[in-house]
Amino acid sequence: MAGASPIVVAEDLTRHYRVALKEDSLLGTLRHFLRRRYQTIRAVEGVSFRILPGEVVGFLGPNGAGKTTTLKMLTGLVHPTRGKALVAGHVPWRREKAFLRKITLVMGNKQQLIWDLPAMDSFRLNAAIYEIPEGEFRKRVGELAEMLSLEKKLHQPVRKLSLGERMKAELLAALLHRPEVLFLDEPTLGLDVNAQVAVREFIREYNRRYGATVLLTSHYMADIAALSERVLVIHQGRLLYDGALEGLLARFAPYREVRLTLGSPLPQEALLPFGEVRALEGREARLLVPRERLTERVAEILKRLPVEDLEVREPPLEEVIAKVFQSPLPVEEA
Amino acid sequence: MRKARTLLSVYLAYMLEYRAELFLWALAGALPLILMGVWTEAARGGEFPLSPGEFARYFLMVFLVRQATVVWVVWEFERDVVEGRLSFRLLRPLDPFFDHLAAHIAERLARLPFVVLLTLLFFALFPEARFLPEPGAFLLGLGLTLLAFLLRYTMQYATAMLTFWTERATSVEEVFFLLYLFLSGTIAPLEVFPEPLRGLALLTPFPYLVYLPAALLAGQKVALFPGLWVMLLWGVGFLLLSRLLWRLGLRRYSGQGA
Repeated sequence: MAGASPIVVAEDLTRHYRVALKEDSLLGTLRHFLRRRYQTIRAVEGVSFRILPGEVVGFLGPNGAGKTTTLKMLTGLVHPTRGKALVAGHVPWRREKAFLRKITLVMGNKQQLIWDLPAMDSFRLNAAIYEIPEGEFRKRVGELAEMLSLEKKLHQPVRKLSLGERMKAELLAALLHRPEVLFLDEPTLGLDVNAQVAVREFIREYNRRYGATVLLTSHYMADIAALSERVLVIHQGRLLYDGALEGLLARFAPYREVRLTLGSPLPQEALLPFGEVRALEGREARLLVPRERLTERVAEILKRLPVEDLEVREPPLEEVIAKVFQSPLPVEEA
Repeated sequence: MRKARTLLSVYLAYMLEYRAELFLWALAGALPLILMGVWTEAARGGEFPLSPGEFARYFLMVFLVRQATVVWVVWEFERDVVEGRLSFRLLRPLDPFFDHLAAHIAERLARLPFVVLLTLLFFALFPEARFLPEPGAFLLGLGLTLLAFLLRYTMQYATAMLTFWTERATSVEEVFFLLYLFLSGTIAPLEVFPEPLRGLALLTPFPYLVYLPAALLAGQKVALFPGLWVMLLWGVGFLLLSRLLWRLGLRRYSGQGA
C-alpha cells in the first residue's frame, strides 16, 4: 500500500466544550441560577493522524479520553473547534450525501433498528434511504447474514433477539450500503465472549473481503489485539501513541508480570517488597516487576517465599493501558 | 418514488404493531363528538347561526379532519435529541423532515379503519348528522384537509426545532395546543364567535387547521378567500422558519457534542 493516499486524514483536530458548573447544595443551585460559571473541557486537543485505505486501526483510551468525540468529528456529527479532517475525500461536517453514503458509524451503546419490527424491515428502510436496488439489496442481506450467521433471525422482532444477535443485526444495517470507511465505537460492548469473537471475526472478514477501512474503539483489548496491527492511543484528548501494537508494549510497559503459585497463602504485605501486587487469591498471586530488575527480584522471590511455581510473562494489555492512563482529565476554569 | 413507497410500507408495518394504541388514540379524538351533543342540544333551544343538524354535521367533520391531521413530530423529535438518536438520523442521506412525514402518513393509513368504524357508529347514534355531501365542496374540503395536515406538520416541526435550545419543546407545543383548541373551531364553529374575535382568529393559522376544511366538508357556506391565502402564507412561513431553525439548531447540536 506504499504511496496510496490516505482515506482518513485528521490534522490538529481539536474540540473544546463549555459546560456549566454547579455545586450540589441549595446555595449552589441558587448561585448557578444567578450567575453561571463555566469550565472548558478539552475533549480532543490537536490530534493528527492518517489512515490508508484498507487499514484496521484500533483506537485506545479510557472513558472520556476523546475517542467518541473524535469519531463524531470524523463522521460529521460534531464540528471541531479547530483543525481539519478529510474522510473519503469529504469534509465530514458538511454532511454531503455522497459522504454519508461512503461511511458508517456503529455505536455499541445505541441502536438504530426499529425495536418492535423484524430487523428485515429496518434493512428495507435503509435500502430505500440509500437507494440500493432490490436485487442488490437481497444479495447483500444474504451475504452479510451468512457471514454473521444471522439468517434465521431476520424475521423476528428485534426486541426478541439476544444482545449479541442485535449487535450483529446493527452491523448488518450499518453495512448494507457498503461503506468504504467504518467507524466502530465499542461494537462489542456488553457482549459475552462468544459473541465478541463472532463480531470480531466478522469485522476481520468484512475488511478482508471488501477492503474497507476500519477505525475501531473498544474496551476489550482482545478486540484490538485481534483486529488491528496499528493502534492510536488517546489520553486526556491528546494522541500519545500512533504505531504498531507491539511497540506500544515496549514503550509503555517497562514491566513484566510474575505469576506465582505459593506453597501456602500469604498476606499481601509479604509480597510487597518484590513488586506491585496486581492480584492475590489464596495461593495464586500476580506481581508487576520493573523489567530491568526482573532477574534480581525473581531470585529474591525464590529465595524468600514458599514458591511452588513461577512464571514470567508480558503483562495484559489492559494493565499496560491502565498504567498509561492514570491522571484525570485536564480542566480549566473560564 | 421507491424510497417513498418503502418508507411508507415499513412505517405502516410499524404502526400496525400498535393497533390497540391506534384505536385508543382515535377514540381519544372523540372530543368533537361530545361537543356535538352539547351544541345540538343548545341549538334546539336557542338562536344560533347553525341548525341542530348543521351543528351535528360540522362536529362530525371536525372529528374527521382532526383524525386526518394528527401530528406528533415534536414529541418524536424531542425524544430523538434527548436520547441521542438524532445522530443516527443525521448519518443517513435523508432529511428527518421527510422521514417523520412518511411515518405520519403511514400512521394515517393504519388509523383509517378505526375512523371509519367510529364514524359509522356515530351515524347510528346521531341520525341528524347523516347527509349526502355536494361533490364539489366535498372534494375541495378534502384538498383543504390535506393542506391542513401539511400546515400542522410544518408548524409543529418548527416548534420541534426548539428542542435544540430548550429540550422541552413539547411545553411550547402545549401552549400552542391551547390556542389551537379555542381558535381552530374544535370547541365551537367560528360562526358563533363574536365578531372582533372571529376576524382576529381568521388571521391566525388555527382556523385553517380545522374550521375551514370541516365547514367545507359539512357543506356550510364559507368563503374560501382570503382564508386560503392566509393559510398558504402561514404554511410557507412555518416551512421557512423550520428550515432556518434546523440549520441553526444543527450547528448548535454539533457544537454541543451531538
